Amino acid sequence: MSHFDAATTAVQAALDAGARYADARVMHRRHESMAAHDGDIEDVTQGEDAGLGVRALVGGSWGFYAVPDVGDAEARAAGTRAAQIAVASGRVPGPAAALVPALPAVGSWSSPCAVDPLGVPLSVKGDMLVAATATMRAHGADVAEGHYAVWDTAKWFVSSEGHRVDQRIRECGAGIAATAVGDGETQHRSSGPQYGTRGWELVTELDLTAHAARVAEEARALLAAPECPAGETTLILGSDQMALQIHESVGHAIELDRILGWEAGFAGTSWLDIDQLGPLRYGSELMNITIDPTIPGALGSFGFDDEGTPAARRDAVRNGRWVGVLAGRDSAAVAGLDYAGSVRADGWARLPMVRMTNVGLEPGPHTLAEMIEATTDGIYMETNRSWSIDDRRLNFQFGCELAYEIKNGRRGRLLRNPTYTGIGPLFWRSMDMLADDVTAWGIPNCGKGQPGQTGHTAHPAAAARFTGVRVGVRG
Amino acid sequence: MTAELDLAARVVELAATAAAGAEVEVHVGHTAQALTRFANSYIHQNVADAATTVRLRLHLAGRTATGATTVCAAHGLRALVERTVAATRLAPRDPLWPGLSPPALLGGPGTWDETTAAAGPADRADRVHAFVTAARGRETAGYCRTTYRAAAFANSAGQAVAARTSEASMDGVARVPGADGVARLASYRLADIDGAVLGERAAAKALAGADPIDLPPGRYEVVLEPPAVADILQNLAMFGFNGKAYAERRSFAELGADQFDPAVTLTDDPVGAGATGLPFDVEGTPRHTLTLVAAGQTRAVPHDRRSAALVGSTPTGHALEGSTVWGAQPTNLRLEPGPPDGQAHAAGPAVDPGAAPLVPAVRRGLLITDFWYTRVLDPKTLVVTGLTRNGAWLIEGGEVVGAVRNLRFTQSYPQALAPGAVLAVGATAPVMPDSWAAAWWAAPALRLASWHMTGNSTG
Repeated sequence: MSHFDAATTAVQAALDAGARYADARVMHRRHESMAAHDGDIEDVTQGEDAGLGVRALVGGSWGFYAVPDVGDAEARAAGTRAAQIAVASGRVPGPAAALVPALPAVGSWSSPCAVDPLGVPLSVKGDMLVAATATMRAHGADVAEGHYAVWDTAKWFVSSEGHRVDQRIRECGAGIAATAVGDGETQHRSSGPQYGTRGWELVTELDLTAHAARVAEEARALLAAPECPAGETTLILGSDQMALQIHESVGHAIELDRILGWEAGFAGTSWLDIDQLGPLRYGSELMNITIDPTIPGALGSFGFDDEGTPAARRDAVRNGRWVGVLAGRDSAAVAGLDYAGSVRADGWARLPMVRMTNVGLEPGPHTLAEMIEATTDGIYMETNRSWSIDDRRLNFQFGCELAYEIKNGRRGRLLRNPTYTGIGPLFWRSMDMLADDVTAWGIPNCGKGQPGQTGHTAHPAAAARFTGVRVGVRG
Repeated sequence: MTAELDLAARVVELAATAAAGAEVEVHVGHTAQALTRFANSYIHQNVADAATTVRLRLHLAGRTATGATTVCAAHGLRALVERTVAATRLAPRDPLWPGLSPPALLGGPGTWDETTAAAGPADRADRVHAFVTAARGRETAGYCRTTYRAAAFANSAGQAVAARTSEASMDGVARVPGADGVARLASYRLADIDGAVLGERAAAKALAGADPIDLPPGRYEVVLEPPAVADILQNLAMFGFNGKAYAERRSFAELGADQFDPAVTLTDDPVGAGATGLPFDVEGTPRHTLTLVAAGQTRAVPHDRRSAALVGSTPTGHALEGSTVWGAQPTNLRLEPGPPDGQAHAAGPAVDPGAAPLVPAVRRGLLITDFWYTRVLDPKTLVVTGLTRNGAWLIEGGEVVGAVRNLRFTQSYPQALAPGAVLAVGATAPVMPDSWAAAWWAAPALRLASWHMTGNSTG
């Protein structure tokens, strides 16, 4: 029995049990990770998981069931069970669920991959991490850590509307980190992590060993650096921190399920109201954010989402105005929109839900050097260390690994424990300079959903300058 | 012999045959989890899955590798063994390998409830219906979850153990414009979860949270209700009572030091009466009740075999999948309740019954139900930033006088619990669920001398 056959059987079983719509995904995923610590390998793990998840819509209610077996009988039982669960959902019914119309997609897609990451010998990968962590130890790190991770996922999707899609997505990435332990506090510095839907060539290009000495020396230097001063100032964020800023204060805020209240009990809602889509000013004129799962090699890229919708680029913020959302077929129908395409599941055993793809900035007209030169009194921060934002995605406070003061257009002293805080739309409206150098930073650990799901997203980001920002918040 | 233990023994034999002389350990975990989720007062997501995962760890000629699979048919197990043996031969040397767990008896069978394990979607939907109905028209959102876990461990040193456990939990909010109220509870028995009681409580709190005012940032005396205290316990567990962080001096924990107020006694209690938990870890080490803090003094830090070897201690049964990298940590923390004061204290619409006795002594302070999105600025000092959620109120003259808009805080958790800082501990410790069904936090209300609010709704 082929994987398409198993998915088709599950869908048919759900229809036979009363579903008016059903879809099923068979997934097979291989995972490999390695961690090094102070010049030794501390963990090598390889995993394989495979199974089938089926979603059934009975009346106006959904049910989902997943099994690790993909034989005919198991697939049929899973489809039936999903429909039974949907019937139980009808005990507490809501408005009749609908799906925005979609042409039944049929096709195949693979992510680009020059060097198969699972084909590179473990010894080669291990030598890289051992060398990098040993170098960090030799240059002052009290704790030196390095890691890489690889995912190789194949999936086959079938729906009762005629979708029939298969994809193979290979992802990998790596990073190193140094910790310096002082009296009563620690300082942390890292390089990467960076992840993408690419082969091992991505990790090779990171050249982690070349950054190891600098990373360790910066962590050590931070222990002796003065604290980031408290107050209101001009803030320049590095490209990697901008990725996190986009993720938390834009990406999650434009998830349509949050906007509709579907995450109110856990992840939270959004300060955005769907009635404001179009006229609402989100940020300054420099702010142009796209939802784009077609970016080659970015971690949030795919050929089709987990409802079978083909990948397509869409504006989320254009010239500072909010114009688009991350949506699925059912949430889009509720909101009266005509597009979906941002629904994914973390494996076969999890329900597909609205997730970020690649959500990021288009390039601006400036360079980082120009921003520093144009700043009389300010602070530059880079690389996220902590992140917190309220349940409506408004009030945020982020900590960075490292900062420099900026005085009279020049970079000054190194500063430790930098933090900044603000209210999302006010912060974005204060962005007055944006760099032209965009990097699509991969984030492999975006949490959402119950049971919990880990999503892979990316955020094209460039350095940017903001005015009147409160910095130096501490306990 | 259970099906899981039989499977574990078979994989040990397969691996020992394929890699003569290897040290072999196998953990088999079967999890059947079902979760019924509601929002806008109807069930919008309703999921269930069941899977068995086999985890094989091999140490051969000084090298270690771990493999895992959910493909438990013969071909899947053969592939797992072949892959892991090959990885072991290619992996870099592992000079810190701590060896296998020796044979040891379990302290108990694990806490188990057949009815909870067999619960169906209708059982969960009925509790959701009760929650929604009890909220009397207020918008509601949340979940009801049941989980059944059966696990087994076997290794080539002769350790062979098996157990099973069940979990049920419900967590929901009721919403009015501008305010949410929450109620949550976990148990090993679904019968202990009453959707109507929780829904009524959440609705009362939401109503009491209406028309909030902004308060300026500053240091406030606080009464924290169990959901907020659970967040403190979770962060103490992850960053402080973490064997690896302790070995690397990244934790605040100092054994033998009076780091906490004498009112603080903290135990990890996976096998206590009524607690969800398995009586052994993924390395096969039996789990027992472990006292981490006794009357304010730090007594122990949990370890897996690797971090125990690093600091010359003994493993405590806290190995988790991934603890080699993230560190062994407690997942079933109980903050011991304080003594009852012998007086009757009626719960108000805002304050929960367990926190009510702590409010009258507060001259001016805040009642806080829950924390949200807490993140660590520095793991050593455990300075955490986060926000209040699901209800905050101003207390003046020992009475709750009005609702307050959510505040941001930046606060060292150990400092908040330091000697002299804990003014009272509630007399009951309700069990708060975790997003991971294997973890829970038994959390009494706390009255603390100071909590640093660093922002409000305006920034």
